[in-house]
Formats: sequence, C-alpha cells, structure tokens
Amino acid sequence: MTGRRRYLRRWIWAALGVLPVAFLSGCSFLGAGPQSADQPHADNARLIWNLFVPIFWLSVVVFVIVEGILLVAVVRFRRRPGQPMPQPIHGNTKLEIAWTLLPALILAVIAVPTISGIATLAQNPGPSAMTIRVIGQQWWWAFEYPDTGVVVADELHVPEGQTVRLELTSRDVIHSFWVPQLAGKQDAVPGRTNFINFKADTPGEYDGQCAEFCGAQHAHMLFRVFVDTPAQFQAWVQSQEKFPATPASGTAAAAGEQLFMSGACIGCHTINGTKAQGTIGPNLTHFGSRTLIAGGVLSNTPQNLEAWIHDAPGIKPGQASAQGASPGHNQIVMPAFPNYTPDQLSQLAAYLESLK
Amino acid sequence: MAQAAVTLEREHYEGSRIWSWITTVDHKRIGILYLMSALVFFLVGGLLALLIRTQLAVPDNTLLGPDTYNQVFTTHGIIMIFLVVMPLNAAFFNYFVPLMIGARDVAFPRMNAFSYWGFLFGSLLLLSSFIIKSAPNDGWFAYANLTTDLYSPGRNMDFYMMGLQVLGIASIAAALNFFVTIVNLRAPGMRLMRMPLFVWMTLITSVLMLLAFPSLTVGLIELMFDRYFGTNFFNPQAGGDPVLWAHLFWIFGHPEVYILILPAFGIISEILPVFARKPLFGYPFMVYSGLSIAFLSFGVWMHHMFTLGVGAVPNSVFATTTMLIAIPTGVKIFNWLGTLWGGSIEINTPLLFSVGFIAMFTIGGISGVMHAAVPVDYWQHNSYFIVAHFHYVLFGGAIMAMMGAIYYWFPKMFGRVLNDKLGQVQFWITLIGFNMTFFPMHFLGVDGMPRRIYTYPPGMGWDFWNFFETIGAYILGVSVMLLAYNIITTLLRGEAAPADPWDGRTLEWSIPSPPPVYNFAVVPSVHSRDAWWEEKQAHGTGAPAHAQPPVRGGAEEGSEGLSIHMPPPSYFPVLVALGLATVGAGMVAQIPVIVGVGMALMVISLYGWAFEPNH
Repeated sequence: MTGRRRYLRRWIWAALGVLPVAFLSGCSFLGAGPQSADQPHADNARLIWNLFVPIFWLSVVVFVIVEGILLVAVVRFRRRPGQPMPQPIHGNTKLEIAWTLLPALILAVIAVPTISGIATLAQNPGPSAMTIRVIGQQWWWAFEYPDTGVVVADELHVPEGQTVRLELTSRDVIHSFWVPQLAGKQDAVPGRTNFINFKADTPGEYDGQCAEFCGAQHAHMLFRVFVDTPAQFQAWVQSQEKFPATPASGTAAAAGEQLFMSGACIGCHTINGTKAQGTIGPNLTHFGSRTLIAGGVLSNTPQNLEAWIHDAPGIKPGQASAQGASPGHNQIVMPAFPNYTPDQLSQLAAYLESLK
Repeated sequence: MAQAAVTLEREHYEGSRIWSWITTVDHKRIGILYLMSALVFFLVGGLLALLIRTQLAVPDNTLLGPDTYNQVFTTHGIIMIFLVVMPLNAAFFNYFVPLMIGARDVAFPRMNAFSYWGFLFGSLLLLSSFIIKSAPNDGWFAYANLTTDLYSPGRNMDFYMMGLQVLGIASIAAALNFFVTIVNLRAPGMRLMRMPLFVWMTLITSVLMLLAFPSLTVGLIELMFDRYFGTNFFNPQAGGDPVLWAHLFWIFGHPEVYILILPAFGIISEILPVFARKPLFGYPFMVYSGLSIAFLSFGVWMHHMFTLGVGAVPNSVFATTTMLIAIPTGVKIFNWLGTLWGGSIEINTPLLFSVGFIAMFTIGGISGVMHAAVPVDYWQHNSYFIVAHFHYVLFGGAIMAMMGAIYYWFPKMFGRVLNDKLGQVQFWITLIGFNMTFFPMHFLGVDGMPRRIYTYPPGMGWDFWNFFETIGAYILGVSVMLLAYNIITTLLRGEAAPADPWDGRTLEWSIPSPPPVYNFAVVPSVHSRDAWWEEKQAHGTGAPAHAQPPVRGGAEEGSEGLSIHMPPPSYFPVLVALGLATVGAGMVAQIPVIVGVGMALMVISLYGWAFEPNH
C-alpha cells in the first residue's frame, strides 16, 4: 500500500470513528427536559418508548451496514491511473430477491408489535377508568371531571396507579394534547371526540403542550399534569368541590371581589357559588391553588396576574393583520383592561389568589 | 456548413433578446428559465430558513413575533416545495428528457411555455403576499378549520389558495406534456426498457402529478367556497368536518413527496454509472421499484393523520402500507450501492453529491420507518423528529441530487464547466452544515419539542441544540453562496465544455454543448440502453460523426438539403398564464372586474393559440 493511500485510510477511519461518537453524544443530552419522551412515567408512554428502542437499534445496524458499504465502495473502488474499464455488470437477480425479502422480513418484525401497540392503546379501559374531558381552545386547555363536576384549566390532576381516560375535543380548531412522559398525543378535533388512556406510575409534575399548529399562539398553549398519590388526589378533589371562602370584608381581596363581580370578568369566567357564571374563558373557582396561568405560559404570581389582566393581548399577541377583527379570530379572546389602576389590579389579584 | 446553419438559426430566433425569451417554446430555454427561477427562489426560501433558525437560536427570543414567524415558516415550506424542488425537477425534465430520448422538443412546446409562465406568475402571486404583510401563515398543509375565514380572517390563506391553484394548473399541464412526450416522441429503437432511468422517473412522476393534483384542486376549491361563499365543508358547527381537508390534502400530499423525490432518484441513477464507469445495477428492478413506489404512494396518505383519531383499523392498515413502500425504496438504495461496487469511481462534485444523497436519504428513510410504527408516531408526530425526517429526505435527498445535477449537466446547458475544486469544497460545507442543522432535530424530538412554535421557554433542555442548529444553518448559507458564486463566475468566464466532458452514457452527450436549437441533426437510431455509450464502444470514442445539414427555422420552405422545422416562438402561452394569474389575483383581492379581465385575457389568448398558424 502506498504511503499516500495509508494516510488517506487513516483519515477515513478517524472520521468514521468520530462521527458516530459526535452524534451519539447527543444521547447524553437527552432526557434533560420535562418533556423528554425517553423518561416515560405511565404505561402509555412506556409502550411507545419500548417499541421505539428496538427499532432504534435495528436502525443503527441498517445504518452501519448501508453507510459502511457506501463508504467502502467509494474508497476501495476509486479510479486509479491506468485502470481498465470495470466489468459491465448489469445486475444479479439473486441479490435483488435477497435485498427485497430481507427488508420485508425486518419490517414484518416491526409491524407485529406496531399493530398490537395500536390495539392496546386504543382499547377502552372500561368503567374502572376515570374519565376526564379535555377541551382545547385557542390557546388554553379546559379540564372537566364529569364524575365530580370539577372544572379547571391549564393544570390537570390525576391519581397514580389508576387508568385515566381522556376524552379530547376542541371548541374551535384542531389542537393536539401531548404530555410526552405520560402518553402519546392525540388530536383534539372540533366535532369529534378522541381518547387517550394512561395509567401514571410515579407521582410528580409533567409538562405538556399543544402539538398541532392552531394559530398565532400555538407555541403558548401549555399545560401541566400533576400525578398525585391517591390520598393527595382525593384531597385535591374535595378542595375543588367546595365553594371558595368569601374574602373577609375590608381586605384588598374583598375590594377585588367587588371589582370582579361588577366588571366584565363575569361575562367570560365562572367562580362556583358566585354570580360569575361565564363559560367563554377558564373556570377560576380555585384559581389561587393553581401554579400556572394564561394558558400555562406564566407562573401564578400576583405580579404576572396583574400584568395579564392589564394587557393579555400584549402578552399573547395574535395575528397582526386581523387587528380590529372580533376577538377569537386568531386573536386572544381576553381583552386588555387598561383602565384598571395599579391599586385595582392588585385588589383583583388579591381576590383571585385568595380562591384557594 | 455548420457555420451557415448556426447563422440561420440566430437570424430567425433573435428579435429583442428579452422578447425571444418571453416567447420561446424551446424546451432548452424553458429548462433554463425554470432553473434560474428555482435558484432565485431557493435563495428566498433559504433566507426564510435563516430567519426561523435565528429566531429559535435562543429561548424566548423576540426577533420575530408570532404572526411574522408563522408567515415565515409557512412560506419557507411552500417555497421550498413548490417554488424550488418542483421547478428544479421541471428544469431537468425540460432540458434533458427530449435529449435523452432523441427528440427535438416536447410534444406540446407552447403548453410547455405556458407551464413555465404559469409557474412564474403563480409564484409571484404567492410572494406578492409579503408586500402587504399577509403571507400564508397556517402551515404548508394548511389544516382546516383553522384556515376558514373565521379563524384566518386576513388575506393570507387567500394567497395560499389562489397561488397553489395557479401552480397546480401549470404543473398538471407540464405533467401531461411530459407523459405524451415520453410515450410518443422516443427515437426509433428506444423501447421503454431502453430509456435512461431519469426518463422513466419523469414518466412515473408525470403520472403521479396527473393523479394527485386534482385532489388538491378539489380541496382548494372547497376551501375557497368556505372562505368566500359561506359553505361549510370544513365547519364542524354546521355538519362539516375538518378531517375531510386532511384527507383531500394528503391524498395529494403524499404522492407529492414522491413527485419531489423520484426525479432525484433518476438523477442519481444517471450520475453514478457515468462516474463509476459501470452500467446502472439492476436497471429492470430500478424501473419496477419506481412503478411500485408510485402505485403504493396512493395507499399511504393516512400516515400523516395517525393522531387525528380516525381509528385503530385504518391506522394499522396505513402502518402496513407505509412499511411496504420502504421495500422498493430500499431496493433502489441497494442497486446504487451495486452500481458503485466494482466500478472505477472518479471523485468529482457530481459524484460526491450523489454519494451524499445516498447517505443522507438513507437516514431520512430510517426515520420514516420509525414514524410508520404508529405508537412511536404518537410521540414523534408534529415534533422536531418529523422536521428532521423530512429535511433529510428533501434537503439531504432532493436538494443534494439537484446540486449534483447542476454540476453534472451545467456543461451541456451552458457550454461551460463549473469549477470542480470549488464544487468539492461546496459539497463538504453543505454536508457539514446540513448535518449540523438537522441531525440534532432528532434529539429535540426525543426531548419533546413540538414543531411550528415561534419560541420556547428556557429550562426545557432545548437551548443547546437549537443554538447549534442555527450555526449549522448559517454554514449551509455559506455553501449556497459558494454555489451561486460558482455558477455566476462560470457563466461569465468559465472553462469551455466539450460535447462529452464526462464520457457519458446517454444521448445528450452526443450533441454539442450547448446543443443547437434542433438538438439532433439526424434523429438517432437506438439499439440498446446507454445508447450513446454503446455507440461510442461500437465506433470508437470521439465526437459524433453525424453530418450537419443546413437548418431552416419557422415557415420557410427550402429545397437545399435537409430542412428541420422547429416550432416558432409564440406569445400566447405567456398571455394565457398572465390571464390565469390575473384571475387568481382578482379572487384574492375580491375584485370581480379583475377576475373578468383575467378570464377574458385567457379566453382570447387561448383562441389565438388554437388558431396560430404553422404549428
């Protein structure tokens, strides 16, 4: 072998060695985030990940073989000066059959757990499952518990170890409900009901977001799932079923309640046990106990809340060219309230945060 | 004698230079028009990509607001598919299919011109939306019912509907043209199984276009009726169903992606044998696999809809058909490997891009099989994993093949050879930039990042790879600049090209670079596959030994020697296309007078076209 060829070979081996390391190093960055699908914590997400992993390794084998042959061919059969014309081989029927049947076999092997997985995930878990209605709308998620009448938004509580059956639909356009660590996504389609069944196995907080482009603020249609222990879940349900306490008179919260009940708020929002019975926006009954607001985009702090009430469309801007169009048409529905003074805003916030 | 022929040719076809290009019906000129337009649009689409990547480089970025971002990513997709890859395919169909089959032009030269002008005016209609800051903004597949006037009240989706209708009509006309050309105008002896594989892929792609585009046309018409005339095809509140749009769109959309990639398969199948000095391995199987892919491509569309909740049974059926279509695709990859194996491979730019194509397309094919495993798709769908997949097959696949085709066929088209050293550097920068940009998207998909989001919060584990990808995108930008530089400098003062710079195998290399207007002085007689190669082997190497008779263009009758009648230029195709685009513009603007003017222009011009003398 000439010195030049040996030199070239070394570089090629080096590249071959470095590339997979470089790419697979990506794996070390995986699992890093709250929506990483390689950290399943429910049967649904686990089925998905467990189907993926063997397909992945199979793919690595196919990749190494195909790319390997390609690389070897290009290096080994490089034209050398004075080389004669290569043999004009037109084909090889046996090879054609082999490389048709072998991939078919591999795919058949993948198809079996695929179809069985489809069936498993689609199976109705029956009456032992807890039903929760999930209603997507531009750009937030409503959650309704038909068994108990609890209605919340942005955050969902489920008990560990019990199968939950989500009934998904939409009030406007197609959305998609995706909480990667608990389940695969299904779309929330207006005019139909889709289902996701999952049984979570680890208490904790799991983030998710809308996964079907749904207009200007698709990026900000987030939600969080709280997997509670059964005892925690019962406690949560019980606190949600109660009417919230009326604020003590003379407090900022009481002033805020006045503002709320006499203002535009009641046109869109419901607070159980009060005259606020609007159904356009999220139910705010136990607003103070939530961690997220504004379609999951902001943490529930008085400061964020005041900014939100003051100018919601500024925080979640819609389609510029539709400025002046009626709300809901690619614009956020909640209007801005520039006329509340800072004191009024802090009173409103105090009231809402008091709704534990 | 040859000189006299050339002079005659110039005298006839030169009026004003611009007018001669506007009225040309010469497939070669039309091919060049498509190529140059597509390359300009590639720069536009690339700029949009850089805007996307810059906005996503860091979390909670404020470079682009949501509305602007949504317009940018939507038009990036529409431009790359309809204004770049499809016209690049059309450019090479136009220039080389007639040459490869030994014909003098396509079956319908004026309709060919109409297809180009329809494409150009449709593209301009679409892009004009940027001027009023109302570019389409609901994604390239535009799911209803988001696209109805209730949820997309601006003009944005009107531009989408009308732009795509005009482009669709132009494409259907082109498909008809190439279908008839290939069926009817092959040189004597060129049986179907002796055609170059690129011609086969063009034939199959044309059939796909003819059958797939009507589904999009119907969907767009229904959307237009919903938006303009108060119907409720996609409105669930009134008994309509948004899923109907998804079906109509993807019945078009899936064959569309094979429309995008089959010509690239054809190109690779031409380049590899030339530079490996070996015939294409398994030619019949390459034909059959192309036919299988085309057939199966109509049976997989619902794999774009696995999460829409259509049901476990349809999901299982389409998982199976999608896996099935991977088989003929794999057969092609193995046959390319077989072509290289045992060859005598010259490493140059076209060869490098072809090898790069195989490598990158394989990766895209693998991620495609992962998506076919439906439960896995419940995770991967609408995440960056999908974005990775389609960029691997469309950029790593189709665009790399197009770059290879440009280097391969540039000498024939322009009579000059692109700088190969620069080309090889451009290739490596492309490969590196491409993989930096798109490989980490697989990781982001695993980490739960959805697609089509204009920003993301910190703390999701997405920051590092997004920034890394942005750097990769800028490196890709550099490589595209290098390609542009190579093309421009070569056109200005490049090295002159002989008729057959690569010792090619197919008939386009048997005529001068660039070819005379009539292509072949004497229509070749074909006896086998790789017709030019076989002719060279039989006669020894060297320039074609055909005599060059004088040429008379147009209507002149002559009796001296042979006379080759070429179709004269015509201004009716551009007028019909202008009329069509005017109808589209009038619909967008909702000004009936403009629609009327456009229709009148179309009707009058079609009448003139039909009765134009001497065709």
